[in-house]
Amino acid sequence: MKNFIGQPVDRVDGPAKVRGKACYTADVHPPGLAYGVIVAAAIAKGHVVRLDTVAAEAVPGVISVIHHGNAPQLAYAPMEPRSMVDPKVGEALRIFQDDAVLFSGQPIALAVAEEPEQAAQAAALVRVTYAAEAANSDFARASQTARPPRQSAQPWSRPAELRRGDADAAFAAAPRRVDASYEQPAEFHCAIEPHGTIARWDHDHLTLWDKTQWVDHDRTAIAHVFGIPDDYVRVICPFVGGAFGSALRAWPHVAAAAMASLLVNRPVQLVPTRRQLFSAIGYRPQTVQRLRLGAGEDGRLTAVIHEVVAQTSVYEEYTEASIEPSAMLYAAPTLRADYRLAPMNVNTPCPMRAPGIVTGNLAVELAMDELAETCGLDPLKLRLRNYAESDAQKRLPWSSKSLRQCYAVGAERFGWSQRPATASGRRHGRWLIGYGMASALYPAHRAPASAHAELRADGTVAVTSAAGDMGPGTYTAMTQVAADALALPIAAVHFELGDSLLPSAPAHGGSMTMASVGSAVHAACQELRTKAQELDQRVRLPGDDRLAMQRAYAQLLARHRLDRLTAETEAKPGEEAERYSICAFGAVFAEVRIDPDLAELRVARLLGVYAAGRIINPKTARSQCIGGMVGGLGMALTEQGLWDDRLGRLMNASLADYLMPVNADLQSVEALFVPENDRHLGPLGVKGLAEIAVVGVAPAIVNAIYNATGRRIRSLPVTPDKILGLS
Amino acid sequence: MQPFRYSRPGDSREACAAGAQPGAAFIAGGTDLLPLLKEGARVATGLIDINGLPFADIRHEAAGAWIGALSRMSDAAADNRLRQDYPAIVEALLASASPQVRNLATIGGNLLQRTRCLYFRDTAVPCNKRRPGSGCPAWDGQNRGNAILGGSRSCIATHASDLAVALAALDARVVLQGRHRRRQIPLTEFHRLPGDTPDIETVLEPGELIIAVFVPATACSRHSTYLKLRDRASFEWALTSAAAAVELDGNRIRRAGIAVGGVATKPWRLPQVEAALAGARSEPATFRAAAELAGQEAEPRQRNAFKIELMKRAIIGALTKAGNLP
Ligand SMILES: Cc1cc2nc3c(=O)[nH]c(=O)nc-3n(C[C@H](O)[C@H](O)[C@H](O)COP(=O)(O)OP(=O)(O)OC[C@H]3O[C@@H](n4cnc5c(N)ncnc54)[C@H](O)[C@@H]3O)c2cc1C
Ligand code: SF4
Repeated sequence: MKNFIGQPVDRVDGPAKVRGKACYTADVHPPGLAYGVIVAAAIAKGHVVRLDTVAAEAVPGVISVIHHGNAPQLAYAPMEPRSMVDPKVGEALRIFQDDAVLFSGQPIALAVAEEPEQAAQAAALVRVTYAAEAANSDFARASQTARPPRQSAQPWSRPAELRRGDADAAFAAAPRRVDASYEQPAEFHCAIEPHGTIARWDHDHLTLWDKTQWVDHDRTAIAHVFGIPDDYVRVICPFVGGAFGSALRAWPHVAAAAMASLLVNRPVQLVPTRRQLFSAIGYRPQTVQRLRLGAGEDGRLTAVIHEVVAQTSVYEEYTEASIEPSAMLYAAPTLRADYRLAPMNVNTPCPMRAPGIVTGNLAVELAMDELAETCGLDPLKLRLRNYAESDAQKRLPWSSKSLRQCYAVGAERFGWSQRPATASGRRHGRWLIGYGMASALYPAHRAPASAHAELRADGTVAVTSAAGDMGPGTYTAMTQVAADALALPIAAVHFELGDSLLPSAPAHGGSMTMASVGSAVHAACQELRTKAQELDQRVRLPGDDRLAMQRAYAQLLARHRLDRLTAETEAKPGEEAERYSICAFGAVFAEVRIDPDLAELRVARLLGVYAAGRIINPKTARSQCIGGMVGGLGMALTEQGLWDDRLGRLMNASLADYLMPVNADLQSVEALFVPENDRHLGPLGVKGLAEIAVVGVAPAIVNAIYNATGRRIRSLPVTPDKILGLS
Repeated sequence: MQPFRYSRPGDSREACAAGAQPGAAFIAGGTDLLPLLKEGARVATGLIDINGLPFADIRHEAAGAWIGALSRMSDAAADNRLRQDYPAIVEALLASASPQVRNLATIGGNLLQRTRCLYFRDTAVPCNKRRPGSGCPAWDGQNRGNAILGGSRSCIATHASDLAVALAALDARVVLQGRHRRRQIPLTEFHRLPGDTPDIETVLEPGELIIAVFVPATACSRHSTYLKLRDRASFEWALTSAAAAVELDGNRIRRAGIAVGGVATKPWRLPQVEAALAGARSEPATFRAAAELAGQEAEPRQRNAFKIELMKRAIIGALTKAGNLP
């Protein structure tokens, strides 16, 4: 009998999604639902002096206009310790608690009405008078006075610096050097499903249907906002239409919906508009990174100096792991890496696919391409020459690392040996052709998770955990794990997630769902199988025939007059993270075609080869990876937040003006996996696969652009004007 | 969105009368109007749905083509005669928006779409075009996409239509039906320069309808092409575009029509470039020399100076294609 793990099993939730039967947050319409529409601040800093709601309240159907002048003061009890998804320094925005405006787009009022259009009209009619102050909205200026993050004793806080040896001295002495600065603009998740919340109070209990990657955290965070016990709040979110990290925190609009529902004594739906979403949630912070690489004549690294400046808000310090890649990617004996913050009048940034890692990796991999040229080495050779056999920063062995195989398979499949050695060395008609590559890594994590498994009278099993599925295929993968553990057919497994009443699960983020929840599902189902066997030692369970197994379970239960048999398990990580450095690795190859006269650019081929432990489902894994690679394409070529420095406002807050890549930008994309089985992170052999797919893509493309044109472009995205060297 | 009345007039007389009422707006495909209404960038108290009016067909005559104002962009793009005799039009249409949008959007609506200036659609910020007298933040702001030709201190917003650029190069005329008269206006005179009144974009009178576009059939129109450069390969307005139509006599250019998009406040003909081409040999040196003249009147702002060079290259690229050179 073949295992389902490792098979390209179809998505178990696919038919429901294709038929429109999957119920997303805004699809929920409890009886008596009212609708809220946000009024967002038009200034970046100052105070609300007057809020005139007379015209808004006159709109037919309007129930209430809520703002700091009439909103209840909420408890906002501090969470101790802070959640891993919240910044460790500063205070989250408190909705409608005072008149201060900290960024443009901040929610300052909420119109609630019988119909969404009435609420929208009322929101548009709220007249706001501001006392504006000079805002800090210019990243170039703010980064000049950047400062280290304040240190915090909270768990999950990040070091602001990494050191090994004397990197500055080693750099000064190095015969080969690269010293370059790289700019990366703010990027926005732009998930197709807008964020949204439906809040309903039943006496002192609150039910939230909310777009979230973590129902348990959402529950706890909102319970703290209202100062009520955690178990008075229930959060439901069975489907997420893309989130990429944007739905980890409990955003201000979630509290606003709950507050509105409390005040109007009805269920309230709140879905920010697309424009509002650019400031209602977070985004990948804008950064400037200076990278210095020192190497011997042979290209062996002797020094890495990495200085990151990233934007954050004035009310919270959001920090990222951007300095980690320079510490882990290559075997450099010395390192100095510093992380600095530039606080601005903007909403707080938040994790976005491979937060920090993709940013730091970008700078390192662009600089490595420059070093390869300086040393006269093939970029892939340079990377192999500096291959890190262990984690030099943590001084730990890797739990598993098959990056060499990724390079080899990728180079072979891609035809890397055909790379034109010099810039603009190859043409195809009007197109210049360029090849580029980059390494990728993403640290693998695991967190405690629980699952419940219930064998039913018909021999089927219901497995539950408060996990999430924002699209990667949690439903399907967990079904495979359960089916294998119990030797059941796929159709006999029903997996349920996305409800805070279910056994607790960690954030559906950081690529740790499979290692964490997967381990719990595996353990619960194994325990259930043992229990079933223990009911009757004389019965031999036909573990090699899934249908027979289902019948056998049914018979066992029937014989023992049981209508169900259950097991619940918590699976916890061990000490592996202290003994090993655990990362997924990858190698990305890109071919670009550029018309040097017209600045037209097409990515002809993108190939990612990944070593991410065991691949539970190659079909959903491939889909996950090519999606991530397209995200990297956007990072390279099209995506950027454009703030107006004087208005302090993001001016391209719409999907027409914030450009996500389209199919025509990319002619071929493929993801491959090298066989790997990580023996340390958990029983399933997985390392996590999601974040890694966006890592390395942008530098591979930008390096290919250099190979095609001879132009080093150090500021993303690479738009036509930059290709021509005109801006 | 503010509430509005909705009506569906039976003929153009009724439509024109209704359209002349204060607060009225015609709606065709609605692909530009509805987003503006939803964002509050435009307010209408009465929507007059003109989709029932008989202006949806495309007719070909010896003198030229009549493209009904209500024909969908996708229908015009699929019209074989248009493709043969006026390729620039079809190329401009196929380079516009997405198939889904083109299935709904009309030719008349396309000419009247509002600018993509980043400030125009965000009601939280000033904008002379949206709120006359409130100021022009693009002047010193995020103006990478804004115009280098035809701007004023009041407004430097580009006209965003691709189709209009192709039509301008082909000497097209717009056919208008008002309450009292029908008239034809050269496309190049249909849109107005912003001057001090950037909110007034065309010569349309209250209640006046576009009912068709007429494109004369010429030797030029057959050898025409449209080249569009943009920040992503599809589904994006032009950063810079050029339409070129040339009549060749052996290897000499007898006559040329050149228009550019993404760079000007209205569809922009380049007579000085055309004059340099007329009578010259159809070869790269001619194209380069002629294109050089395009940038002379350009007045760039902080972030859009690159458009001068990009425009020249687009013109050379379009001429190379239209002149059938390798
Ligand atoms: C996502 C997206 C991408 C796009 N990309 C491009 C692009 O790349 N290139 C491009 O050129 N365009 C592009 N467009 C614009 C699109 O082509 C226009 O929105 C469309 O052509 C407008 O036509 P409509 O029939 O929908 O007009 P409507 O939205 O119905 O109307 C637009 C305006 O014209 C008026 N109007 C319409 N018909 C008439 C008439 N017959 N007489 C008088 N007034 C009339 C209306 O009152 C309104 O003011 C894009 C649009 C979208 C939504
Ligand atoms: S350029 Fe025109 S449309 Fe843009 S902000 Fe200025 S006035 Fe408004």
